[in-house]
Amino acid sequence: MAEFRNSSGGRIDRARPLTFRFNGKRYQGFSGDTLASALLANGVHLVGRSFKYHRPRGIVTAGAEEPNALVQLETGGYFEPNLRATQVELYDGLTASSQNAWPSVDFDIGAINGFFSKLFVAGFYYKTFMHPRSFWMRVYEPIIRRAAAGARAPSEADPDTYDKMHAHCDVLVAGAGPAGLMAALEAAKAGARVIVADEQAEFGGSLLGETSGIDGIPAAQWVEKMRADLAAFPEVRLLPRTTVTGYYDHNYLIMAERKTDHLGRGMGGVRQRLWKVRAKRVVLATGAHERPLVFADNDRPGIMLAGAARAYVNRYGVKPGNTGVVFTNNDSAYEAAIDLAKTGCRIEAIIDVRPQATGAMAQKARAAGLRIICGAAIAGVEGAKRVKAVEIAPLSSDGETVGGPVKRIECDFVAVSGGWTPAVHLLSQSGGKLRFDEAKACFVPNVSVQAETSAGACNGTLFLEGALEEGAKAGRAAVEAVGLMPAQESALPKVETVEAAPIHALWIVPGKKPVGHGKAKHFVDAQNDVTAADIMLASREGYRSVEHLKRYTTTGMGTDQGKTSNVNALAILSRTLSSPIPSVGTTTFRPPYTPVTYGTLAGRDVGELSDVARVTPMHGWHVARGAVFEDVGQWKRPWYYPKDGESLREAVNRECLAVRNGVGILDASTLGKIDIQGPDAAEFLNRVYTNAWSKLGIGRCRYGIMCKEDGMVFDDGVTTRLGENHFLMTTTTGNAAAVLDRLEDYLQTEWPDLKVYLTSVTEHWATASIAGPKARELVGELAPDLDLSNDAFPFMSMKEATVAGLAARIYRISFTGELSYEINVPAYQGMALWEAIFAAGETHGLTPYGTETMHVLRAEKGFIIVGQETDGTVTPFDLGMDWIVSTKKPDFVGKRSFSRPDTARTDRKQLVGLLTEDPEEVLPEGAQITADADGTPPMPMLGHVTSSYWSATLGRSIAMALIADGGNRQDTTVHAPLGVKTLACKVVKPVFFDSEGARLNG
Amino acid sequence: MLLIECPWCGPRDEIEFAYGGEAHIARPADPSKLSDAEWAEFLFFRSNPKGAHRERWVHAAGCRRWFNVERDTVSYRISRVYTGACEPVGEGQ
Amino acid sequence: MGSYSVFALVKNAFSHHAGWERAWRDAAPKAEYDVVIIGAGGHGLATAYYLAKEHGITNVAVIEKGWLGGGNTGRNTTIIRSNYLWDESAALYEKSLQLYEGLSQDLNYNIMFSQRGVLNLAHNLSDVREAQRRTNALRLNGIDSEWLDAEGVREFCPILDISRTARYPVLGGTLQRRGGTARHDAVAWGLARAASARGVDIIQNCEVTGIRRAGGKVVGVETAKGFIGAKKVGIVTAGHSSVLAQMAGFRLPIESHPLQALVSEPVKPVIDCVVMSNAVHVYVSQSDKGELVIGAGIDTFTGYGQRGSFHMIEHQMGALLELFPVFSRLRMLRQWGGIVDVCPDASPIISKTPVDNLFINCGWGTGGFKATPGSGFVFAHTIATGEPHPLNAPFALDRFTTGHLIDEHGAAAVAH
Repeated sequence: MAEFRNSSGGRIDRARPLTFRFNGKRYQGFSGDTLASALLANGVHLVGRSFKYHRPRGIVTAGAEEPNALVQLETGGYFEPNLRATQVELYDGLTASSQNAWPSVDFDIGAINGFFSKLFVAGFYYKTFMHPRSFWMRVYEPIIRRAAAGARAPSEADPDTYDKMHAHCDVLVAGAGPAGLMAALEAAKAGARVIVADEQAEFGGSLLGETSGIDGIPAAQWVEKMRADLAAFPEVRLLPRTTVTGYYDHNYLIMAERKTDHLGRGMGGVRQRLWKVRAKRVVLATGAHERPLVFADNDRPGIMLAGAARAYVNRYGVKPGNTGVVFTNNDSAYEAAIDLAKTGCRIEAIIDVRPQATGAMAQKARAAGLRIICGAAIAGVEGAKRVKAVEIAPLSSDGETVGGPVKRIECDFVAVSGGWTPAVHLLSQSGGKLRFDEAKACFVPNVSVQAETSAGACNGTLFLEGALEEGAKAGRAAVEAVGLMPAQESALPKVETVEAAPIHALWIVPGKKPVGHGKAKHFVDAQNDVTAADIMLASREGYRSVEHLKRYTTTGMGTDQGKTSNVNALAILSRTLSSPIPSVGTTTFRPPYTPVTYGTLAGRDVGELSDVARVTPMHGWHVARGAVFEDVGQWKRPWYYPKDGESLREAVNRECLAVRNGVGILDASTLGKIDIQGPDAAEFLNRVYTNAWSKLGIGRCRYGIMCKEDGMVFDDGVTTRLGENHFLMTTTTGNAAAVLDRLEDYLQTEWPDLKVYLTSVTEHWATASIAGPKARELVGELAPDLDLSNDAFPFMSMKEATVAGLAARIYRISFTGELSYEINVPAYQGMALWEAIFAAGETHGLTPYGTETMHVLRAEKGFIIVGQETDGTVTPFDLGMDWIVSTKKPDFVGKRSFSRPDTARTDRKQLVGLLTEDPEEVLPEGAQITADADGTPPMPMLGHVTSSYWSATLGRSIAMALIADGGNRQDTTVHAPLGVKTLACKVVKPVFFDSEGARLNG
Repeated sequence: MLLIECPWCGPRDEIEFAYGGEAHIARPADPSKLSDAEWAEFLFFRSNPKGAHRERWVHAAGCRRWFNVERDTVSYRISRVYTGACEPVGEGQ
Repeated sequence: MGSYSVFALVKNAFSHHAGWERAWRDAAPKAEYDVVIIGAGGHGLATAYYLAKEHGITNVAVIEKGWLGGGNTGRNTTIIRSNYLWDESAALYEKSLQLYEGLSQDLNYNIMFSQRGVLNLAHNLSDVREAQRRTNALRLNGIDSEWLDAEGVREFCPILDISRTARYPVLGGTLQRRGGTARHDAVAWGLARAASARGVDIIQNCEVTGIRRAGGKVVGVETAKGFIGAKKVGIVTAGHSSVLAQMAGFRLPIESHPLQALVSEPVKPVIDCVVMSNAVHVYVSQSDKGELVIGAGIDTFTGYGQRGSFHMIEHQMGALLELFPVFSRLRMLRQWGGIVDVCPDASPIISKTPVDNLFINCGWGTGGFKATPGSGFVFAHTIATGEPHPLNAPFALDRFTTGHLIDEHGAAAVAH
């Protein structure tokens, strides 16, 4: 048995020993231990080094508020930094190491910083490292960055999985201590849907370290009985190891559950789970954190909070040392002293800053044989890596100085209590307001904003009887508030109550020298090495709002977010400013209550589930054919189909020529499709498109451009009239949802009088676009009953027909400039259609082509792509598409904006074609265009290249560009300065091939 | 995550909805009659109040219907969900 | 005022640091000022500083509702860059970046500006096209910018996952090496100290409740500490611009939205540069303290609550882990929100107003921090001379009427 482990007592299982390693050394602990309790059992107090001065640091608390005992756990993919040893449940084989120490926690080179501590005061870096200027980046900052943070960063991907759960409940109880358990039971008895979450492995909260009884049975047994009672209710969900971390608007709370961490690593399954809870009512029963006293060298290993010392000995059967001193300003530490003495520690004295100790608690301590030294304080501490002795001196009556005879007491631990701080984090996050309770020397809940109630210690009720009563009351009130009938009132559990003497707030314990003088340091925030002197300095320099103080000194900004230090810091500021604590204010508590892994927050939304991948019904075929895909919105579209190691350009050249000279096929299923029906459908189209729609014949297709109200192009596509009151609109692939949203918005909110109904049918149809001079031949074979002559089935029309035995809609529209048929069948028949087309197409040399070839072919024809030729600043006129803007319609979306002064300018950036002087040179897309060939930056730019390709058809490069006054620059030469070279280009009309459109008819 | 009561579907999480900005800014019946400044006012200028705000939401992942919400832009408390024409802020309930 | 230096630090160490002076005077308001600046954030303080430094106007008060630097200045993710698409924006942000480059020395206050580079990732062909366009435009505007292919991205930021199997693989990225981060609080404090030293009164905890006008002219402000007369008034109250404009009787093309950010627990240096991704929607850098500083887009609804919705955080964590799978076991330490003024074209307004001698500087959206000194510089010019500086002339209110918008949505598709 480890040296400091008692042979009995506590909630550990001595029959289940566990071995673990810390800083390379093997130790033994027991099931039920935390890493901290197991280390203490082995006499290990020195667990880390502080952030700035690298001071040796020990374990201070037994819970979530721990500022010092941060460790890194495991290695490789399971490596995890910044874990609090006080919360790490021990498992067999656990490996941990100290942070911020090199080469070892015992001998840490960084401790040299301590010698310069007089320079490293609050905000020192704002005053230095400025000269010479170049040194900041090259010398100073790299040193600061390397010195910062204790923990290594992970370097391997996380092998674990995480998930999320949504939950609704009538009452969420945060914290399963005495108040929480009472509240939960009252709610459960009324039939409410209850969730009880507690951050610890076991329910019970403070009762797990309690020695007194409840209702005549030991506290732990009472907890177990309550837990079992609760578990029997079908509508109660009990979640241990689950921290309520965030309280958001509309009673929405976030909880983080650790499902397998206590079992070891590589356990499989879900490691951690994020709960998202919408609660009708919340009972906050989150307890309180003990505060340290701020005395000289109060950070030495072996100095811990009295409540923690009590928890270690009672809950884990671990003595914090052999010989101790208790130092307090309130009664709670007396119970620790009594329990420690009872379980084998020698308590040399209780040092109480209060002038007298005459209360019931003091009597009890005296009765247990403990010595109390009143009106005194610890004025100094001996020992660096472990406390060796303390110096006790009488306090002046105002508490400002120590004087008189100094008594030296040897000890190997000190249990300290500076009073309790209610854990009001969740209340504060919920928007609730606090007030400072002078008598209790702490902030307590004052105003609720959301549907919650605080009960027990987090409400400032720091005694067990009160917590039980408040909990029960809060539970009953909660069920009433959700409209349930509370169960018949039952008697409260009976507990022994010792009346507490009032706390005496002493925010700075004077040392032998004034604070900030001499070598001793009064630590306020141990993790960030912020001392009382730092706070006083910040205040002298004018950093007097709490937020300035925090940010200037970094107090409360560490991984503990100041759970044990914030109130002390605030009180010292208030003392320095001579203004009362409430007027100095309190900082806002921000979520999360304790840190949550990014893995938990991301849940399953990583890897292939990070976003939906939309694929067409023919996707498998493309994959089998070795297509390279491009992401277009969420869609996977074949980009090109390389054959035998072809490059992109080789493949595209081949595909382009196949379409121009034979026949090609494109999977066009991704285009957005909106079914529009209703007697006012044509009128609706008149309003949302720039051109006119009323006279479009049934079975005919028309291209349209849609603007936003600001006159800028929003989307384009072909719309077909399927019937008198029935249209099918197509949109760009990426914009389909946005277009539907916009149209729906207009219909419902601006023109509710129009009888029009919209349905997204994008994924109802599979579309095979067959293009090329041989398209008619091929389609003719597939649809032998269909008359494909230009007269019977002209360009820009639609026919319903049977294609390869499938009922299909065929649109004779073209984005390539070639004779083209877009065959649409219900999506589930898409693959059948596609395979049938290929079976028939083989003899015609049918070539599949991807989006890159589509882009080249349309660019040869000068067809725009919204999002490429446009960027939200381009009007139809800028695109040279005046013809599509009706001058007859009185109004349509965007029309009014065209006449604004800037929009009506004639020298705006306009779409042109560009031909490089050297036909072999392909302009890079995104190249900027200038008027002058020469010049050095900054130089005025005319615009930029929007599209640029090698045209295999034309045997040269082609490009489109938006350039200022482009319409008037026809046939002039402009330049594209590319850095390495400048390319001269001729401005031409943006149509490079078949400008008369003869090929459309085959 | 706001809890928004869709008038047709009942209370749902905010992620099911899309926000549509200030409510009751009707598209002018005849934009051509407006001056550039008046048109700019319609296009871009908003009251953006700190406090009671009437705004548009659409149940995008639900019934896809638009409706109006009166919400406090500081407390985020929703005081009213309604459809149709506007009434002055603070009146009705 | 005592100068800050390592010598001063050593000297003060001997006197237990009792000798440091107040960083800025806590002034009581005078009856009247030549200029009253409403809002002691970075932009307001910079305006006051440059009014004093560049224009010799020192009878200036900066009036702050809460504590200086407590709004967006103290809540942003501290990214500084000037890689904007349009000429007007590039010039303005570049001016600001240049001022940042000498600001520590100019203010005698180390603002820890670290030019470790800003990397904007491209994940699809459209991103690549847009990135190339921007890089070319920046180069011709004389602003550093370079295109890195995927391998170049990996070399510059090795922990990024550039595998082709990612849902949205990294195809490359643009890099502005002169971009980086600074210590946001230090910018506010350094400007406050330097402005105060030049005679500017900084009045904290003094909410403006009204803007008094006479004959179409501003004459002063009503405040929690009484009426303060002013020959000229500048509104620089990001988040609350519409509220202040309403006090002066006009409206703005602005909506206020929550913007959230978060930090991790600190770890040793793991990422040196700023990485931003529009397509997967997240941006991240690591502070000198070792915390990963992470942000994403604005909440969609308007709000003055300095709080947003939790799903925004969840979404950006998914995006983060897509780019950096090694961050999965790091933990979110703290999250918070600010209120950003969003303009329809994602560009600011630095302008005269319908009220004579009343000026406004707002609409910086999610990207105001990077503009702090530049914004102050041009706004000081605008207030001092009554006319815009050439750099902010395009950013006048009338652009919403003429249609001459400066649409930087590409630049701010993801907040920064």
